[in-house]
Amino acid sequence: MHRFANPGRFLRLANRIQPWLKALTVLGFVAGLYLALWGSPPDYQQGETVRIMYVHVPAAWIALFTYLALGLASASSLIWRHPLADIAAEALSPIGAAFTLIALITGSLWGKPMWGTYWVWDARLTSFLLLFFLYLGHMALLGAFDDRARGQRSAAVLAIVGLINLPVIKFSVDWWNTLHQPASIVRMGGISIDPSMLWPLFVMAGAYHLFMLTTVIDRMRTLLLEARLRNQRLAAFERAGSSHARAGE
Amino acid sequence: MTDFGTFLAMGGYAAYVWPAYGAAVIILAAIWVDGQRRRRAVDRALASLDQSRLEQQRNNEI
Repeated sequence: MHRFANPGRFLRLANRIQPWLKALTVLGFVAGLYLALWGSPPDYQQGETVRIMYVHVPAAWIALFTYLALGLASASSLIWRHPLADIAAEALSPIGAAFTLIALITGSLWGKPMWGTYWVWDARLTSFLLLFFLYLGHMALLGAFDDRARGQRSAAVLAIVGLINLPVIKFSVDWWNTLHQPASIVRMGGISIDPSMLWPLFVMAGAYHLFMLTTVIDRMRTLLLEARLRNQRLAAFERAGSSHARAGE
Repeated sequence: MTDFGTFLAMGGYAAYVWPAYGAAVIILAAIWVDGQRRRRAVDRALASLDQSRLEQQRNNEI
């Protein structure tokens, strides 16, 4: 298993696929924004505010998916001491926090004209705000200790405990009486929205996914190189120390 | 009103639709720019460390 998690191999693979991922991300956003703003009709109830859904719903999906990845990376770090798992976790949380913030802000901007309020403390909105704080907590714990390994361990524990929040978010709209509507894209009996609205949603979700992937890979590369820099500085410091010692003899 | 004007007006919901798209763009751009800044910083630091090591080697050889 560790053979596949070799940092050198990861860096080579990342360098090879990154140009493709970046190009696809740009294409995805161009197509997604075109469909979301021009190529789809207004909703018969929501009017043009339905276009907010195309940036809101996929952002919420990615926010949840990224947290799942963060939880799995944290578990691999604690259980198997996987060399890339801590790097992956550290790269994932700022991206997840960004998508959570997008979901919160765009949801609130949709809520004002449609519900008559920017915010309510219902179960869905509150559990989603908690997701945002879990991401921030993860980032804060990583930087909170002089000993990096200790920070990584505490951040991993927080991320794993926070996994409980994922089913709470998912089922909050069924378990409690929320202002937020229940799942409406896939219901029992299949897909329940019109293809003209499904396409912009899926293309934007694809573009967000690609963006998430390419930024996470880029950050993992940076974090690996930062670790290499720390090691080389330490080695240079020790070399300097030992040559001084020799000179003093 | 022109076609483009109608588009911008978003059926009267311009004040909600455009800030939503603006927020998404700004947040994603910020996360990207931050990543690129850190990437350049570590690349530069590693390059200058390599440079100083090369110079040291040359000095030792002389």
